[in-house]
Amino acid sequence: MGAGHAHPLHRPGTSPVHRLPAEVKVVAAVLGAVGVVATPREAFGVFAGHLLVLAAIWAIARIPPGWILRRAVIELPFVVLAVLLPITGPGPRVDVWGVALSEPGLLGAWNIVVKGTLGVLISLTLAATTPLRALLIGLQRLRVPALVVTIATLMLRYADLILAEAARMRRARLARGHDPRFLWQVGATARGVGTLFVRTYERGERVHLAMLSRGFTGALPGAADAVPTRREWLAGLAPAAVALALPVLAVLGRSGAAG
Amino acid sequence: MTTPDADRGARHPGAPGRPPTPRPPGAPPALEVSGLAFAYPDGHPALHGVDLRVEAGERVALLGPNGAGKTTLVLHLNGILRAGAGRVTVAGLPVQREHLREIRRRVGVVFQDPDDQLFMPTVGDDVAFGPANFGVAGDALRDRVRDALAAVDMAGFADRSPLHLSGGQRRRVALATVLACRPEILVLDEPSSNLDPVARRELAEVLLRLDVSVLMVTHDLPYALQLCPRAVILDDGVVVADGPTRELLADPGLLARHRLELPFGFTPG
Repeated sequence: MGAGHAHPLHRPGTSPVHRLPAEVKVVAAVLGAVGVVATPREAFGVFAGHLLVLAAIWAIARIPPGWILRRAVIELPFVVLAVLLPITGPGPRVDVWGVALSEPGLLGAWNIVVKGTLGVLISLTLAATTPLRALLIGLQRLRVPALVVTIATLMLRYADLILAEAARMRRARLARGHDPRFLWQVGATARGVGTLFVRTYERGERVHLAMLSRGFTGALPGAADAVPTRREWLAGLAPAAVALALPVLAVLGRSGAAG
Repeated sequence: MTTPDADRGARHPGAPGRPPTPRPPGAPPALEVSGLAFAYPDGHPALHGVDLRVEAGERVALLGPNGAGKTTLVLHLNGILRAGAGRVTVAGLPVQREHLREIRRRVGVVFQDPDDQLFMPTVGDDVAFGPANFGVAGDALRDRVRDALAAVDMAGFADRSPLHLSGGQRRRVALATVLACRPEILVLDEPSSNLDPVARRELAEVLLRLDVSVLMVTHDLPYALQLCPRAVILDDGVVVADGPTRELLADPGLLARHRLELPFGFTPG
């Protein structure tokens, strides 16, 4: 499966995690994310547990944590938003290094940052160990609607093409003395976006005609018939089971302590 | 009409073309278009009664200026556009709604821009797309993909992304995606556009090897001469000339009347 070699989120390998069928990993990632979201925000230890599960998967998949963390910076804009919450939030204030911050605001920010980060790490782990094409086949086997899989397939193929087209149009503008740093020249960029939209739309029409010509009737041909074994499901879902068990144990433990 | 084989043999003694498999006498023509007329929904007429017959195994060039209706005609051949009047049959089967699936298998259209044709993440997936739609599966499908890629000299590229191929390679893969459907007639829309001279020659070598009927839409007159013993000129929605390619290209008056022009320095000798 050489399709994934161009995209920066994939790290080719032959580890047991890489070899698991994509649909198993997709289900495991979704369940893992549910486990993270279901964890009460005050259960700090449980979040550490989630991180440990991920670290164990990275170790098995031979992905250096630094490799994952560098790609996790995609999350930074959301973190910036979360940082505002303790300052603007309501309710009782606590002093942190001499600054009075809202206590619910602090917890809210922590909640967003920790769950967001763990979610991003789970997605990155899935992307790192699964080529895009396998991911699409996995979605198809999970009975995701054919239309959605078709759209994802086309996006995967044409995103780079459209970006390249946009880059060519930009170069052609620059070659004629366009400099969008000046406000009065921004209009050309906007018109360029409009043109790109029309071109993309026309290409969509042509692609559709070409697909019809080869007998397309609305769904991509079925994926190969290999079905994951019970062992693969068990192995793949084990980390997700831990991620789901952790918050349950945390809640039970807390109510036990309260009672 | 001259038989294509005799014509090709006589006029291109050095052409590396493989002689087509003899067709049984009385076999239906690969393509028959009669009285085909079409107007776009806005009322703009595009075809005014086109007649065209392509025998099994024959290679015919369809020449004509921009806006002559060439692409409109191509889209009728596999039933993407429906004729306003007239009829189209492919190897004896009329282009009608109930036969569309079989018609689209029989007519292999290779579009002008390979990026429009190659939409799957890998070359192998794309070549498999057509035959899979027509019900080929399993080992047979793998064989189809392997054979089609080998036929265009692209064996070993099945796992590559079309994004990372050269223009010539992409054009040949686009051809393979259609060959994998085992068509009765190959319809090529401007096959030599945007190709460098080497890629253009490599594609010609591949096309000359194929044992299939070909209708090649092109402005590239030398390419038409090299590949197609017979040519048809379409202008303003009608066929205005039909004959041996060399004779049509040797008539400067005819070419000029229909906005066709040989490249500088080229004489069809």
